[in-house]
Amino acid sequence: MTKLLQWLLGVSLLVAVWALVTWDLLDLSLPDTYRDVAWPMPLYLLVSFGCYSLATVGYRVATFNDCEDAALELQQQIKEAKDDLKRKGLKM
Amino acid sequence: MASRKTSHRIRENGDKYSVLLPTYNERENLPLIVWLLVKYFGESGHNYEVIIIDDGSPDGTLEVAEQLQRIYGQDRILLRPRAKKLGLGTAYIHGVKHATGNFIFIMDADLSHHPKFIPEFIQKQKEGNYDLVSGTRYRGNGGVYGWDLRRKLISRGANFLTQVLLRPNASDLTGSFRYEVLNVFCEYSNTGETVCVTSGICCFIHSRLYKKEVLENLVERCVSKGYVFQMEMIVRARQLNYSVGEVRPKFIFLNSY
Repeated sequence: MTKLLQWLLGVSLLVAVWALVTWDLLDLSLPDTYRDVAWPMPLYLLVSFGCYSLATVGYRVATFNDCEDAALELQQQIKEAKDDLKRKGLKM
Repeated sequence: MASRKTSHRIRENGDKYSVLLPTYNERENLPLIVWLLVKYFGESGHNYEVIIIDDGSPDGTLEVAEQLQRIYGQDRILLRPRAKKLGLGTAYIHGVKHATGNFIFIMDADLSHHPKFIPEFIQKQKEGNYDLVSGTRYRGNGGVYGWDLRRKLISRGANFLTQVLLRPNASDLTGSFRYEVLNVFCEYSNTGETVCVTSGICCFIHSRLYKKEVLENLVERCVSKGYVFQMEMIVRARQLNYSVGEVRPKFIFLNSY
């Protein structure tokens, strides 16, 4: 089963359950509180996911490590390498 | 003139590491990366070879590679050039065919991946007998240098999106991203057989250490073109239940794109 199919299946299932509860498709006569909670669920979930995404990506960008000293070390090694190679006969 | 004494511990365990370096117009950087590779492999005592796969660079990269071969010896520096630019995936396939090691390193020739982390990769692999070891920029001491906010945002954002959609359980799927567009429908099957149609993400090479037969198997199965297959490789590796270890090197981008 491909990831795409997995997603479609999962989403279909959720939509089916939601429709069932919201519009009472099977005439289950669930108490009204169920209906009131289920009806705005998709919107809530979407907004929550949006907030979660923003927060996660924001946090990860903020904590992205910068390695200044590694860069300096590299610059130094580049110099060392150039000298050594010149001695060994490399023509740059 | 006194010669510099260096002590090299020679390891007798028979493992050999082949480093694949696809190059295109890397005349400036190639000697530097080779020098660093020789230095760090030499110090670690592991047996190694460097395979330079040049795709007909017009700036004379191959010439420089030949000079390096003369300096360091033909058993350490192998040249397997190609006539023209044929792409990264085929460069790896080409390189693996000529590799005599039982482990393969793939890395960039532009110095964004520092060879000083090679011993770390090797050690990590031995720790868990991992099928492949990947460098992550995101955890622990891993990091980058030379990226502005926009690039970091794109990198994290795209990575997040991919994680949500594909749930592959690796912290860093690619080296870096060039474009922001992600074509959403990826068709990864759990048996690793269907075609991958992700496109629109350009990924740079990610430095990784592979067991030779694992790399061969993965490269064979991945069908995306160009740089995207880097990402596909690690997703497929997960699907095929290859064990993946992670180390935390630092990626240094001296020439910002």
